[in-house]
Amino acid sequence: MKKGYFGDFGGQFVPELLMPPLLELEEAMNTIMTTREFQREFADLLRDCVGRPSALTHCPNLSKDTGVDLWLKREDLNHTGAHKINNTLGQALLTKRMGKKVLLTETGAGMNGVATATAAAMMDLECVVYMGAVDVERQALNVRRMELLGARVIPVESGTKTLKDAINAALRFWIAEQGNTHYCFGTAAGPHPFPLLVREFQAIVGREARQQFQDKTGKLPDVVCACVGGGSNAIGAFHAFVPDESVRLVGVEAGGTGEPGCYNSAPLNLGSEGVLHGMKSMLLQTEEGQILPSHSVSAGLDYPGVGPEHSALHASGRAEYDVINDTEALNAFQVLSRREGIIPALESSHAVAWVLENKDKLQGKSVLVNLSGRGDKDMDIVERVLG
Amino acid sequence: MTSPMKEKIQAAKAQGKTAVIPYLPAGYPTREQFWKELEMLDAAGAAIIEIGMPFSDPVADGPVVEAACLQVLEDGINLKWIFDGLKERKGQLDAGLLLMGYLNPILQYGVDKFAEDCEAAGVSGLIIADMPIDEADFVIKAMKPRGVEFIPLVGLNTSKERMALYAREAEGFVYVVSVLGTTGQRDSLPTEVKAKLAEVREVFDIPAALGFGLKTPSQLEPFGDLVDAAVIGSSLISHIKNGGTSESYMKAWT
Ligand SMILES: Cc1ncc(COP(=O)(O)O)c(C=O)c1O
Repeated sequence: MKKGYFGDFGGQFVPELLMPPLLELEEAMNTIMTTREFQREFADLLRDCVGRPSALTHCPNLSKDTGVDLWLKREDLNHTGAHKINNTLGQALLTKRMGKKVLLTETGAGMNGVATATAAAMMDLECVVYMGAVDVERQALNVRRMELLGARVIPVESGTKTLKDAINAALRFWIAEQGNTHYCFGTAAGPHPFPLLVREFQAIVGREARQQFQDKTGKLPDVVCACVGGGSNAIGAFHAFVPDESVRLVGVEAGGTGEPGCYNSAPLNLGSEGVLHGMKSMLLQTEEGQILPSHSVSAGLDYPGVGPEHSALHASGRAEYDVINDTEALNAFQVLSRREGIIPALESSHAVAWVLENKDKLQGKSVLVNLSGRGDKDMDIVERVLG
Repeated sequence: MTSPMKEKIQAAKAQGKTAVIPYLPAGYPTREQFWKELEMLDAAGAAIIEIGMPFSDPVADGPVVEAACLQVLEDGINLKWIFDGLKERKGQLDAGLLLMGYLNPILQYGVDKFAEDCEAAGVSGLIIADMPIDEADFVIKAMKPRGVEFIPLVGLNTSKERMALYAREAEGFVYVVSVLGTTGQRDSLPTEVKAKLAEVREVFDIPAALGFGLKTPSQLEPFGDLVDAAVIGSSLISHIKNGGTSESYMKAWT
């Protein structure tokens, strides 16, 4: 297989001016990340600052309600409230070891921005966050959190003014500031080596869950299920289970309103192959190759692309990908809150919703859902939508 | 094999001039006016005209080019419109024709069909801003038989080793990006440009064009013979946006 590819997907479709920092990063992955010292320091940080290992929680009430044996991997219990910190802390530590001073990132919902700002504060790095102007407005609380943590949040006024254009702006900043800046890509997408790097830091989710599930039940789950935005929490949950052929891997994309003709965020199900943000992957695009705006009630899934490894797992059939729309996710948000006392992020609610919507076909099966984040951040949106 | 891009640049050099390569996004400022601007650029002595193929997510471009691209996209400009217009005018322009853009629209159009249409439309060079040499094989293979030259971009941070990878495939000319940044005019260029141009001369045996950030011809003075051609984009777009024409713009450059 070609370097930096997962099957036909991946690659490094970036301006030549970005090749040196990408090559430098690849080199750092090989020389710095592999050292015992780095691994030990990172493990300490995950334990002492993130609160790992995160719990594996059984859902007795929902299991009874649905007839599905439901388990949750509790990434919502991490510091900053989502899986994002696993990646940002890893990349921040790497940045420090590479001798760079600025941690750059993009954010949609603001969760990756908050997790990056947190990691930057911990590592004594400057932090620059690009965020679409529309998102700055609809995620005002997270903007304040990032600023409190010391980050400079730069609103992006071009294009769709959302995550897609925030990534463009961050890539442009990186071209100019590559000497002292590391781009802490927030999801398992973008040019090689980001999909690998982010998977490396998120794979702990599946590794822990696999062990915890076996310790508690003596077997493997029948299904592992996760929501897919760019794909980092899902690839983190899936990675350890890929060799376990008996385990079904299900990624859940956001369908938006679900009405025909409306924008969605489901490139694996509804998109086609193309090149965006440095990668060849599945995309939402016009026939002429212009990228379409995406939509989802959950800002963290609102992206017209997806990480290349998911495109490859989709193409090979090793993982399957389904679509859950806004209404179904909002229902799951409420059901999990009431029945288990856990308020999930709207992103993670898509994964929970998939189980609820497919319960008839899952009778008696054990399903492990990656609960990627907590839902406090979504209270405003949910109240606005549900009234 | 003769190289049309190289010949155009060498012709300007033979007259003791730096070749001028203006860049204009297709369909800018309007559908009709674009072709008039093209004729003006040609009449004013542009060696090569670089036509921008619009893309929704132009990561190598600064705000001026990005806004122009999004404007023409809004207006429905696509590859078919570009090729149709060029085919109609085939043989009417003296300048060489170069297309510049991003990979995805070309992929969706079909790389082979794109190459075929380039040939039919008289296009003899191609720049893809988000395709480093490491990914370029399949495109170069499709373009070469159609006489469409692969024009590489190298930057201030491109090592001689990487330049050598480009030199193996490059034809026409090599485009040296004068700033570590996106397109857009700058008041002054970084001091490292001169040394980089000298390295480019060592590695490549084709002409060198300098671009990104150029605003006035005097910016080229420090580089003397190291620069064969100048690419001007954002400053031309801004000039037109402010009510000027390509004709008045080119006076300073030719
Ligand atoms: C809680 C949560 N889950 C999931 C996502 C989606 O990202 P990914 O697909 O990279 O896990 C986000 C993104 O902001 C998020 O905040």
